[in-house]
Amino acid sequence: MTATDNTETSPAPPAPFRPSRRERVIPVLLSALSTIVVVTAVVFWVGSSAQWPRVQQQFFSWTAMKDAFPDVLSGFWLNMRVWVVAMVLILLFALVLAVMRSLTGPLFAPLRFFAVLYIDLFRGVPALLLVILFGFGVPALQLPGLPNGALFWGTIALVTGYSAYTAEVYRAGMVSVHDGQRAAAKALGLNQGQTLRFAVLPQAIRNVLPALLNGAVSLQKDVALLSVIGIRDSVREAQVIKDRTFNYSSFIVAAVLFLIASVPLARYTDWYSRRDAERRLQRTS
Amino acid sequence: MRSTSTCTRSIRLIAPAIALALVAASCGSDDDAASSDSAAPADTGATAADDCAVESLPLFAAGKLTIATGEPVFPPWMLDDDPTSGEGFESAVAYALADEMGFAAEDVEWVRTDFDVAIAPGDKDYDFNMQQYSPTEERDQVVDFSTPYYNASKSVLALNSSAAATATTFADLQAASWGATIGTTDLDYLENEIGISDVAVFDTQSDVVAAMLAGQIDATVVALPSAFFLNAVELEDSVIAGVLPGAGDSATSDAMSLLFTDGNELRTCVDVALNALRDAGSLDAIAVEWLQGDGEIPNITK
Repeated sequence: MTATDNTETSPAPPAPFRPSRRERVIPVLLSALSTIVVVTAVVFWVGSSAQWPRVQQQFFSWTAMKDAFPDVLSGFWLNMRVWVVAMVLILLFALVLAVMRSLTGPLFAPLRFFAVLYIDLFRGVPALLLVILFGFGVPALQLPGLPNGALFWGTIALVTGYSAYTAEVYRAGMVSVHDGQRAAAKALGLNQGQTLRFAVLPQAIRNVLPALLNGAVSLQKDVALLSVIGIRDSVREAQVIKDRTFNYSSFIVAAVLFLIASVPLARYTDWYSRRDAERRLQRTS
Repeated sequence: MRSTSTCTRSIRLIAPAIALALVAASCGSDDDAASSDSAAPADTGATAADDCAVESLPLFAAGKLTIATGEPVFPPWMLDDDPTSGEGFESAVAYALADEMGFAAEDVEWVRTDFDVAIAPGDKDYDFNMQQYSPTEERDQVVDFSTPYYNASKSVLALNSSAAATATTFADLQAASWGATIGTTDLDYLENEIGISDVAVFDTQSDVVAAMLAGQIDATVVALPSAFFLNAVELEDSVIAGVLPGAGDSATSDAMSLLFTDGNELRTCVDVALNALRDAGSLDAIAVEWLQGDGEIPNITK
């Protein structure tokens, strides 16, 4: 009787799945084995090419990489600074755009209209074109009171384009917040601004954080677009060395630096999503 | 429980990574396997004239001389972005060279490439590439160069408002804000000879001009013939401030050579023809026709 009561009110959680030692080890061995077989096959296949020694010398020369490292690294430091500044501006500006677009009420129509137009316009234009237009075109106007530097206008171009994307990411997050949350906020007497501030945005941003981080990684690489307007970022420094020596090993150096910067961000995103999913599961169970 | 599965997953990820690293390490050891430079320029004169008959040449397309150049090409090297016209210095040299080697003008084929296509390893769909390439020792390790067909002095082209516009020494040049085209020895000259540390680097000569028009840079180093063209056509508000002294260093070479893939056997015959054109004075005559500028340009000294 008591036992049946227990099972009815709080059913015992299903027994956790515990793979045996064998079940755990064999997949690892198999994955290692298949990887070794595949990689060895690829290496022999590539190595058998008559062009391989030439490609190796021109793309994977250790001495050329060492020579290129200091210049590429100093360029990469510029990448990182532009990235951080642009990222902060994008996150703020995009949030403003997303809020503008989500405002209800006839009085806000001009703001909504502006946000829609802005996003349509700048999301549709390739980032490279924005960089060229802002980098070469706008400074030629010699606008009084504004700096004329390529770095300034290049960063503005990135912020302009990426804000349009990021605003849509925010908006997706806001849409994903259940209507019940808004109703509950209203019932508590919160006005539209307070509802956004305390109910919708905190949940929305949490929902889209992986997508925002994804955008951050993408931006990290797109900073290299500024090289076309004369900015000497890491990719441009690598290009300068490549064009001087006709050796592409400097590009490998730049690629590795970008990986070092982006892989931790990707792992953090994975970790965050997993933890978030676990927390939600615990809350609902 | 949770930790076990996470752990298994990371091992699954790590195992391939380690395997990759091992393979990469094992084949990353000897860089210089391919760096043995086959033919030295010295042996060019030894080739018998018969070996250079059109039918025995190792050509990309039989009976045709296929020449690659850039897209676009700039005056005064080629006019109207049209290499086939024979107008402009490089176009004229190409047709003179073809004639010297025994090709009819209609057997010269042109293809367009960008810089990377020309220097990347692998088979090419042309015989050689011609777009003001300067031979340097570093570059010679991965490609081959013909004997030079022109030596261009470098010059300073500056906006009238620039500090470089009235420069007479390298010290006067320091205050200007500089830009240059990527892949040129002009950039190396600015950095290593004049000692400018923050040269803005652009993809093409047109971008350098755009940056000067936008006021982001106010001076650049270009070959004197290019400076004459830019000064006359593209940048009205500019001045050719002066001709720069030649650099002894091969990394900042002023020479222009045809670019061949490493070990291309056609090169020896092209060198024979180029030497013949030079000895006959034809190269100088073509230069006089297409590359003469107006007015006296002062010298800038160290």
